[in-house]
Amino acid sequence: MIEVVSADRCVQCDVCIKVCPTDVFDRGPDGLPAIARQGDCQTCFMCEAHCPTDALYVAPFSGPAPAGSPHTDEAALAGAFGEYRRIVGWGRGRTPGSRADRNHIFTERLRTAPRNP
Amino acid sequence: MIELDADVLVLGGGPAGAWAALAAAGAGARVVLADKGYCGTSGPTASGGNNLWYVPPDAGARERAVAERFEQSARLADRRWMSRVVDETYRRVDDLAAFGYPFAIDDDGVERRGSLQGPEYMKRMRRRVHRSGVTILDHHPALRLLADDAGTASGASGIARQKGGEAWTVHAGAVVLATGGCAFLSGAFGTNVDTGDGHLMAAELGADLSGMEFSAAYALSPAHGAHTKGLMMQFATYYTAGGERIDVPDPLGARLQVAELLAAGRKVFARLDRAPAELHQAMRDAQPNYFLPLDKAGIDPFRDRYEVRMVLEGTVRGTGGLRVTGDDCATAVPGLYAAGDVATRELVSGAVSGGGAYNGAWAISSGTWAGRGAALFGKGRRRPRARAAGSAGLGPGRLDAAAVVRAVQAEMLPLDRNLFRTRAGLRASLASLDVLWERITSEGLAGTGRERLRARSAAAMAAHARWCYRAALAREESRGLHRLEDLPALPRFEHRLVTGGLDDPWTAAEPREAAA
Repeated sequence: MIEVVSADRCVQCDVCIKVCPTDVFDRGPDGLPAIARQGDCQTCFMCEAHCPTDALYVAPFSGPAPAGSPHTDEAALAGAFGEYRRIVGWGRGRTPGSRADRNHIFTERLRTAPRNP
Repeated sequence: MIELDADVLVLGGGPAGAWAALAAAGAGARVVLADKGYCGTSGPTASGGNNLWYVPPDAGARERAVAERFEQSARLADRRWMSRVVDETYRRVDDLAAFGYPFAIDDDGVERRGSLQGPEYMKRMRRRVHRSGVTILDHHPALRLLADDAGTASGASGIARQKGGEAWTVHAGAVVLATGGCAFLSGAFGTNVDTGDGHLMAAELGADLSGMEFSAAYALSPAHGAHTKGLMMQFATYYTAGGERIDVPDPLGARLQVAELLAAGRKVFARLDRAPAELHQAMRDAQPNYFLPLDKAGIDPFRDRYEVRMVLEGTVRGTGGLRVTGDDCATAVPGLYAAGDVATRELVSGAVSGGGAYNGAWAISSGTWAGRGAALFGKGRRRPRARAAGSAGLGPGRLDAAAVVRAVQAEMLPLDRNLFRTRAGLRASLASLDVLWERITSEGLAGTGRERLRARSAAAMAAHARWCYRAALAREESRGLHRLEDLPALPRFEHRLVTGGLDDPWTAAEPREAAA
């Protein structure tokens, strides 16, 4: 689930509020996106992919991270922001990740694998 | 109050909705597309990606592909529809290349068009839809369809959930439903927008459904998340909590055996230790979103054993949905068309999961046909006075939507109820669900403003569950996704089952002429 919105990185562009398919964010009184409905987060990482300044961190768990977890600690996560956007290949100077797609290897392996009835 | 008028209204902005909007706009229709979430991120395709059933136009290869897949479908698919899907998908993927989708180039320099990375695919589709002049309404969930006095679908109304729940109405000459399947808020990757809202709206106008018994699609996920991507599990070895290896016959048989252990309350762990080291990077490049949640959790899936669980994907990767009555994906309701996972995918995948190649191809082709069909029907159609139809979950009342959802999930999520089905279990679930439905209609559901969506979705899931289990009881055999006790597949059930009704659900064998 979404755990961290970095006030330092966020430029208040509201993109995450717009793109979240389950409408988890509200615009907070300070202009920053607030995690208003964390329970609706489906851990799809789409906000992370779309955030232009890598200001969001979605933890890998389908429930909230426990209190004190490193997954809620911005300082501990410093290198973990923006990972999905990098993989998807969005952002200046990057190559779309789809160019490196190798699914054909694995669908072909599965199709031709010997099967027991 | 937001009021708009269009020739075609598309509900849902996943791939099926996006292709429908493009086709309708291409046919000269004025189009509005309303998404519950955001067109470009909504639904399992944007999150998860698609492998496509993609076969180049070689007559022999296509014939073989269709014949092979027909047998795999447990003989409930339709060869003519399968051929149509293969053909249409191939041509539309050409369009996608023309839109600039950056397809993979393999090690031999050959472009590979059989797989689509979700975020990239849907970002491109949104851009294309926008440039085609379609009006996109994000975060505008529909709650009801409009129908004229003759019962023809004539638009929809709903709420703008990022505008304080303000009401909206779009009057339209025709409507395409592309609202997805129903995964009962199980959390399965990207599926929480798929709560069966479209099925309920259509049923309220009299549409029927087909294949709802093929709704027991579950997928493996790391236990800490709900990332149901199965392709990499071909390299998995499974282990008990004590680290002992679980012997499984083959990668496809493993899923069921793992499910049996999980249903018995045992813990199961996986490790991708059958993957040759030289493939590790290709695996990551193919399915980055399988590895991302593992990496983040500090798990090296090639080295570490990680606990797995099974997550319900319902009719998202099951095949049941609205019955289509013509090549243009019309439904039983005039003016109402169905595209993607809201429609039955039995025509292509029969009794087996539509996940893995079929659904992606079906979204593209059915979306295109439904959009074109709706444009032909809706363009220039006079707009007689239309009224909003349907009421389940919309009248203000006492029931708590979250409690209704939990009650539905209690019947639908457990493996020993939905995957390993028994007649006694199905009857017990239906007894509970029927009482729940009666309370929903008589007591009403609490919720105002944007909370009306939760209430309506809860009602939609209850309706969906009742169709699934009614159809499951009617199919007294095991076939494809539907496993009933230890019954075998029986020749007398080699036909599709139609389901419908809300207060009094019914099932029937599909009439012969429709099965042709």
